Amino acid sequence: MNAPLRRVGIVVIVLFGLLFANLNWIQAYKADEYRTSDYNGRVQVAKYDRKRGNIEAGGTALAVSKETDGELKYLRTYPGGAKYAHVLGYEPVNGTATGLERVENDFLAGTSDQLIVNRLRDMVTGDRTAGGNVLLTLSRQAQDTAYDELRNNNVGATKGAAIAIDPSTGAVQALVSMPSFDPNPLASHDTNEATSAYNELEQAAGRPLRNRALAEVLPPGSTFKIVVAAAALENGIGKETQIPAGSSYTPPTSGEPIRNAAPSICPQAQVTLMTAVTDSCNTGFAKLGVQLGPDVIKEKSRQFGFEQEDLTVGRLGEGGLGVEASRTGSMENPDGGVDPAALAQSSIGQRDVRMTPLQGAMIAAAVAHNGSQMRPYLVRQLLAPDRTTVYDTADPRELRRPVSGQVAADLRDMMVSVVENGTGRNARINGYTVGGKTGTAQSAPDRPDHGWFIGFALDSNGNAVSAVCVVLEEAGSGGSAEAARIAGRIMRAAIAQPGGR
Amino acid sequence: MTAAATPASSPATAGERPGVRMARSRRNAELSLLFLAMALVAAYGAMVEAKVLDTVTPGFWVPAAALTAVFLGMHLVIRFLAPFADPALLPAVALLNGLGVGFLRRLDLARATPEERADLTIFAGIGGRQLAWTLISVILAATLLAVMRDHRSVSRYAYTLGLAGIVLVMLPAVLPASISEINGAKLWVRIGSFSIQPGEFAKLALLVFFAYYLVRKREVLSLASHRFLGIDFPRGRDLGPVLVVWVISLLVLVFEKDLGTSLLYFGMFVATVYIATERVSWLLIGLVLFFGGAYLAYVLGEAVGGPFANFYLRAQIWLDPFAQPYDDGYQLVQGLLALGTGGLFGAGPGGGQPLLLPEVQNDFIFAGIGEEIGLFGLSALLVIYLLIVERGLRAALAVRDSFGKLLAGGLAFTLALQVFVIVGGISKLIPLTGQTTPFLSAGGSSLMANWLLIAVLLRVSDAGRRPVNGVGGKVNRPSGGPPEQLHGAPTEVIKP
Repeated sequence: MNAPLRRVGIVVIVLFGLLFANLNWIQAYKADEYRTSDYNGRVQVAKYDRKRGNIEAGGTALAVSKETDGELKYLRTYPGGAKYAHVLGYEPVNGTATGLERVENDFLAGTSDQLIVNRLRDMVTGDRTAGGNVLLTLSRQAQDTAYDELRNNNVGATKGAAIAIDPSTGAVQALVSMPSFDPNPLASHDTNEATSAYNELEQAAGRPLRNRALAEVLPPGSTFKIVVAAAALENGIGKETQIPAGSSYTPPTSGEPIRNAAPSICPQAQVTLMTAVTDSCNTGFAKLGVQLGPDVIKEKSRQFGFEQEDLTVGRLGEGGLGVEASRTGSMENPDGGVDPAALAQSSIGQRDVRMTPLQGAMIAAAVAHNGSQMRPYLVRQLLAPDRTTVYDTADPRELRRPVSGQVAADLRDMMVSVVENGTGRNARINGYTVGGKTGTAQSAPDRPDHGWFIGFALDSNGNAVSAVCVVLEEAGSGGSAEAARIAGRIMRAAIAQPGGR
Repeated sequence: MTAAATPASSPATAGERPGVRMARSRRNAELSLLFLAMALVAAYGAMVEAKVLDTVTPGFWVPAAALTAVFLGMHLVIRFLAPFADPALLPAVALLNGLGVGFLRRLDLARATPEERADLTIFAGIGGRQLAWTLISVILAATLLAVMRDHRSVSRYAYTLGLAGIVLVMLPAVLPASISEINGAKLWVRIGSFSIQPGEFAKLALLVFFAYYLVRKREVLSLASHRFLGIDFPRGRDLGPVLVVWVISLLVLVFEKDLGTSLLYFGMFVATVYIATERVSWLLIGLVLFFGGAYLAYVLGEAVGGPFANFYLRAQIWLDPFAQPYDDGYQLVQGLLALGTGGLFGAGPGGGQPLLLPEVQNDFIFAGIGEEIGLFGLSALLVIYLLIVERGLRAALAVRDSFGKLLAGGLAFTLALQVFVIVGGISKLIPLTGQTTPFLSAGGSSLMANWLLIAVLLRVSDAGRRPVNGVGGKVNRPSGGPPEQLHGAPTEVIKP
């Protein structure tokens, strides 16, 4: 019986050889495929095994990872709730992160190349490398004010956005989109809870997940007159130069007359440019636009930042939250010739002109900062996990120079006049020089007008301390005055607590 | 019986010639290997704690020390009751058993909250329960060694055991599902929170019966009548017993919804028939019958469903587990992902995510361990299993009586087959079936049955390695054994 026993021994070796070969197939050949499989929860668990870094502003943590007893060791929480939701975004267990959580993911997660030294050290000490910390430029006071004022606006607008930047650096002081959302349920470890919270927000009216401050483009209305005024100032027109006005203006070849917001506004045949801006004279700017021609207006818009498709707001050097491009749109006939009617309407910020709130703030900032437009940014500093080493301190840089210092000074005078004598009185701040421009933009015949305000504040030395844009969508009558009031509050808060530079 | 004709060719039979070489018990080698195995278990426990708890608790050595005490007791029993038993069996099994306890304790640590971890005493959790079961199982194995002083004595109860085995196999099938079904397989008898798998013990009982029956019938079964394609096929009437076992296996397959157990019993039977008769034709008949039956069950499962549906589903999952990765294929998919994530070197003890695996303490323990020790670690585990199996087969080669040869050979092969079925199942080599991984999986009945199996192998190997009285003399048989059988006679060496 020994011969078959020996053969059984060989059969056993063959069976184990098959097991061995199969394990090789799985653990060596297919290992990478299985390791990175979508069905492999280990990747996720491993991700939550290390503490993700904080996102902080003004010394307060706005996104923190808390240790849990669960299988996923750290829970991402957002103590600021809805207030910072559009800046921070959120980091869901399943799915894609948004906001700075997505943009700065490598650094927060600790996988960034910049943290290689920390990882090597932790490899020796056996610690699990935590993620780095991201410090924001936001002024918490300005952000609080922007959020509260937008939510409790006096005209009952449910959608809108506000953004404030430091004109001299480009540091974003406040960024709010309304309606907002609470990111905490979206980061829940209970995936059912997270999914239902997401679905609810996705279908909610007003689309709360959308970052209107950066991604919404709306007709800018009269705020666009600053761009047209800049073009005029560079084309031989002074701020005291008389320009044609009137109570009504019908551009050649088109029957639709352009009127002013009220019969009392510039009914006379001529007004100074200063007055046209101060009182927001539609007929004056429509005629001015037709006089200057589409190329001049388009070029000036481009110099202020219109048509830029690759602008991001995040770290100064690289990356960041994407910004929708602002557009001047078409001012031509189908045959390619100039359409004076379209040109006239575009010159008062209607027709196909579309602008993001950020673009509005950047126009005001450039005017306030002597014609120099700084690149906007949100990330002030990157801190190592142990908070000792500092990486990548933001070094403000000029983005472009849309107007000369002289033109900027003239524009400043006119915008200050708007706040002191004109439509923007609500934005005034004691002890500071405030300039701005209101805008009331028609979107569709059956919808109420959008209320805009772009503006800036200068300290007693004439230095720009804050530039802001507030938009209240479908706010109706009084919208731009309310936007001006909110803008003034935000700038006052930003002055009190400027945020990181 | 070629080996019997030239005994010196096998080292295991060297003891038959005291003039050439003195038989050695090698008990001290066993003791050293045992300490080495327990040192590995203690080191594994420390590595797990370092990774899971970020610190090694002062009590990390306690489970390893408890196991060492238990196995030392077993070693002493062997020293006195089976002094010539194979010295590698106990350390190898102790290592697997210890790693199993260590891994189950690792699962407890991962499941416990930080507060609960402090209260995780030595007998707490599934790891602690496995430790307790190890204690009971080893005591039972020692008792078996004490009671069964000669393995041939059990042949007296062969028919009783055979009947008991069939009852044990069929028991879950006839019991209501509420007390016999867990995760779709009717393999259990549950009384309250306590559950046993009677099939585990049936293995042992049936093998005793097979061995006894085949020793009696082997002459008849090895008679050939038809020669076809150069292979001698048995007479039709001699197929009877094989067909009976085949039918029982298929009934198990269909009604207990378990291909693995079915494959195990049938493979066990065919292997013992082959060893007894030395006829390759039995192997071919067995393979054709089994795969024919399985294919038939597959076709029936597709066509009519009913009791065959479960087998059909399992086969479908095996063919493409990723087709339904979140429901039917979930277990297998997660097992594969765990193994793949482990890769060559593994995540290190305590470094994996075994809790993501369903049934990680039972069926999928090999995948759970595989994630942490990688291909190299699993290969080492397979080698230890292989070592146990080959040592069992060596005991069968060395022992002089046919019953012992069949018993030890059958047991060793069954152990190998069980490892093949479950490891092959979780690694998608064969369709997945619910089997325990010997000595590793949590569970009392499996551990107990396998330790009894080891006790029998120890007993047989002791008989095989025990020196005989005088050169070429008779076996030193205790009185009361069955009469010497015909096949032991030297006339057999003239058989081709």
